[in-house]
Amino acid sequence: MQLKRKDILGIAELDREEIDLILQTAESFKEVSSRAIKKVPALRGKTLINLFFEPSTRTRTSFELAGKRLSADVINISSSSSSTLKGETLLDTTRNIQAMHSDFIVIRHASSGVPHFLARSVESAVINAGDGANEHPSQALLDLLTIKENKGRVKGLKVVIIGDILHGRVAHSDIHVLKKYGADVHLVAPPTLIPTGIERWGVQIHYHLDQALAGADVIILLRLQLERQGSSYFPTLREYAELYGLNARRLALADSEALVMHPGPINRGVEVSSDVADGLSSVILQQVSNGVAVRMALLFLLSGGKHA
Amino acid sequence: MRDIASDILIKGGRIIDPAQNRDGVGDLLISNGIIQEISSSITPSDNWVQVIEATGKVVAPGLIDLHTHVREPGFEYKETIASATAAAAYGGFTSICCMPNTNPVNDNQSVTELILEKAAKEGMVRVLPIGAITKASKGCELAEMGELVAAGCVAVSDDGLPVMNSQVMRQAMSYAKIFDIPVIDHCEDLNLTDNGVIFEGDVSTRLGLRGIPASSESVMVARDIALAEQTGARVHLAHISTAASVHLIRDAKRRGIPVTAETCPHYFTLTDEAVGCFNANAKMKPPLATEQDQAEVLAGLADGTIDLIATDHAPHAADEKAQALDCAPFGIIGLETALPLSLELVGRGVLTLPQVIRKLSFEPARVLGKKTGVLGIGDPADITLIDLDTEWVVDEQHIKSMSKNSPFMGRQMKGRATAIVVGGKLIEN
Repeated sequence: MQLKRKDILGIAELDREEIDLILQTAESFKEVSSRAIKKVPALRGKTLINLFFEPSTRTRTSFELAGKRLSADVINISSSSSSTLKGETLLDTTRNIQAMHSDFIVIRHASSGVPHFLARSVESAVINAGDGANEHPSQALLDLLTIKENKGRVKGLKVVIIGDILHGRVAHSDIHVLKKYGADVHLVAPPTLIPTGIERWGVQIHYHLDQALAGADVIILLRLQLERQGSSYFPTLREYAELYGLNARRLALADSEALVMHPGPINRGVEVSSDVADGLSSVILQQVSNGVAVRMALLFLLSGGKHA
Repeated sequence: MRDIASDILIKGGRIIDPAQNRDGVGDLLISNGIIQEISSSITPSDNWVQVIEATGKVVAPGLIDLHTHVREPGFEYKETIASATAAAAYGGFTSICCMPNTNPVNDNQSVTELILEKAAKEGMVRVLPIGAITKASKGCELAEMGELVAAGCVAVSDDGLPVMNSQVMRQAMSYAKIFDIPVIDHCEDLNLTDNGVIFEGDVSTRLGLRGIPASSESVMVARDIALAEQTGARVHLAHISTAASVHLIRDAKRRGIPVTAETCPHYFTLTDEAVGCFNANAKMKPPLATEQDQAEVLAGLADGTIDLIATDHAPHAADEKAQALDCAPFGIIGLETALPLSLELVGRGVLTLPQVIRKLSFEPARVLGKKTGVLGIGDPADITLIDLDTEWVVDEQHIKSMSKNSPFMGRQMKGRATAIVVGGKLIEN
């Protein structure tokens, strides 16, 4: 079986068959990362350009490793070195990259819809590595893989997503993927950080964390952009941490087997206390490992690779 | 000697003059740029008369757009007076009112004079300048309104921006009473808009785009109504797009407050769903709203709460729109598509044909306090000929504007202007 598309722009447009294929492929690639020689020749001669208009270490490194472990040539272009600083338009940047015959473009941009714009303009396969507050599909896929590995299923699990849903592309993609697999999704945030009408996505909204956590199987924490403090979203980080920070007392309200997840980087003491972030429930580093495997799967499948 | 060009006989058309309740087949004679005679049948007195066969067509007062961005001076790469008036002529408009957000802003006599000189030289239709309310439209100090009016401005507005300071707006309204001109406000609370890009609702949530709440418009509509009530000044509310605003205006009119309002074809034709997958040509201010908002705008058009239809023709170059959606400028063109989209209101059962014509001619003139937008004997001959049945598809060939930023590209249209007469001068499309 193969993927039916040229690009991976969001979870919303993927069907379950495709997601299953990506996860199965990722599971088989996990083994590569545990070898002494962590490389297979699947993408030899292919070029991957990491085009990051926003700072990122984790996601960019993860895609870079994924490409390298599959033997692709990987180039990183970050916003600080890109010509956009010299006034080049996005369209011109895109055309130049196209002219270099890249096979894959992995893009992160602060504006929603830029990967879609790029995908319409180039022949390369475009992978969205996070666009504005829209989607971050590879993160949701690695989250799904992590949940499935630990819980064996997704259907019927109570998943509580806590934090800045309004600016949260991870939340968007996670909700899409979890709903597709039948999870019971709950969102917890101050009303100022909940987007209009998201309840129509079939999720439950809570303003009080303690109530939402009762019996939770999975807790997904979102990174809080610290610069939101002092805007009209919430008064102080101190009050935010008090109302929405996950700590040991609150974790005890969830199911005893509950998983704690976070896309990183963590603001210790804000969205999660250190003892919980480093505790037995935390699968945060497993998410990172799974990220490389999922991204290898995406590159492999988009290059026309077939999963046996 | 008679001027050959100025004698035109329009024969056999359906003459619709809503202001005078005229709707019937007849002939219309223009002599020396003036409407000479309208009757059931006119025989040309000599061979000097140019006869236009108008059987099956509508002969209407020349359409007037109260809200055009001409972009000259300062943004001639988007549009010029020459190209905007060509687009207007093609769309059936014989007059356009140009908003002052040029560079420099039309906040003084020199800019007004430049626009009028250029329009006299290069314009295909009449250009009526709108001056700024405040200097450089910064919302702080009043511009010299007296000088602007003396130079030829027909109204004042800081369009593109609201006057956020309510005291400045109150004083502008009071001061405008000296000249009996309308103050046109772009109703938007910039703090509520924040960094919003499209309407705040299901579509903004789905696309992860920052939303502009409906209250951004309605809060300012409410403020302007309160100030109009207090000052007694004539206030005209531009591009009304939300149900909440329509409710406020309906109530204000019922209470006799001197407010008028316009909407634009995109607000009664499209919803925020037109943004689709990040379509920058569906991005404008105010943003396309929901079906419920559209329904209330339609109700407002039908019951007269919304007095008129304006285009808010806002040209932007292709490379400006070919950006991330949140970076692309707000605005779409509209001069070429406004008439057919308005004519759709007849088929949709919202307005009668004479009502549509009235909202595109007599009503904008009335807001300006002008006795135009009618087919009066002895009046300058500004006339629009409309073929109601021609079907056409919006493409670059039909867009005379220098910019092509329209969400209606590729759309099937029915009806268009086949010719206009401006001051007795015939321009055929």
